[in-house]
Amino acid sequence: MKLLRMKPGHGEIVLAEGDVEVPEQELELIEAFRRQLDEGMWAAVPTQSSAGRRDAEMVKSFSEVPRDADRVIFFPRAAGGAPLDS
Amino acid sequence: MALGLGTAAVVLVVLLWELVRPAVAGNLARAREAFSQRRGASPMDGYDPGRERRAEQRARELLRSCVSQEDWEMYRDLGLLRVLGPVGSEPDGQPAPYAYLIYPHKPIVAYVPETGELLSEYCVAFPDETRPYGSPRLPDSDDVLAKWMALVGDERGLIGEANMHLPGRQVDPEQAGRDLLRIERWERRRAGLPPVQPTGSVRAA
Repeated sequence: MKLLRMKPGHGEIVLAEGDVEVPEQELELIEAFRRQLDEGMWAAVPTQSSAGRRDAEMVKSFSEVPRDADRVIFFPRAAGGAPLDS
Repeated sequence: MALGLGTAAVVLVVLLWELVRPAVAGNLARAREAFSQRRGASPMDGYDPGRERRAEQRARELLRSCVSQEDWEMYRDLGLLRVLGPVGSEPDGQPAPYAYLIYPHKPIVAYVPETGELLSEYCVAFPDETRPYGSPRLPDSDDVLAKWMALVGDERGLIGEANMHLPGRQVDPEQAGRDLLRIERWERRRAGLPPVQPTGSVRAA
């Protein structure tokens, strides 16, 4: 599983990568996940159904991440109001 | 006599200069500081077009890997995404009661697909206040992907965070109408159907 974060001026960066079935690596993933939430990030897991339908799940804790997810994407939390000059 | 007057004039000028010098120096220092602050606050300060282009390229690849092939092609060709509502429901053959248009760094526009009637704008942004390169703004395709994931993952949550406005506040209704026509033509072309002349016009609610 990879934890990715969107970054201005860069695109996504890899925060952590590991196998959730390996306890030490899972712990590292959990810690990296928590750090992002502490920084106010939102987390989403892109998914694909057996029929091929693409979706995404918003998750608020590592326990909500499907065990077979290959990545979690963090992005800044939404703020109401886009700039008028955008 | 003339020499005396000249000397007096020089002394007078020097004395006056000594009197005004602190004020002039202070004003100059303040002006220099204000100028440097203005330069520091410039949104273009530190802007690197090459870096931004590479960032956008990465963001496009990430978006492509998350959405369906059809959605990706729509974004690639038209520069926007469409999400049919209610989000998460399976297609049942009936027309979607509403849908959203997702633009990069613009509000999400809700509309009625059957009539093209614009319903509302949802102003939402994802500012990264760590500003790694001076700007809180995500690359365009990351902004679109963030909106898409938040919308399909938690429609109510995202709409609840957004500021709702009537159509036309930031997205020109004429432009949105043209985009709906572009989507219609694009879908027909993709399906191998002949183009048709539009019969109705898009109108704001």
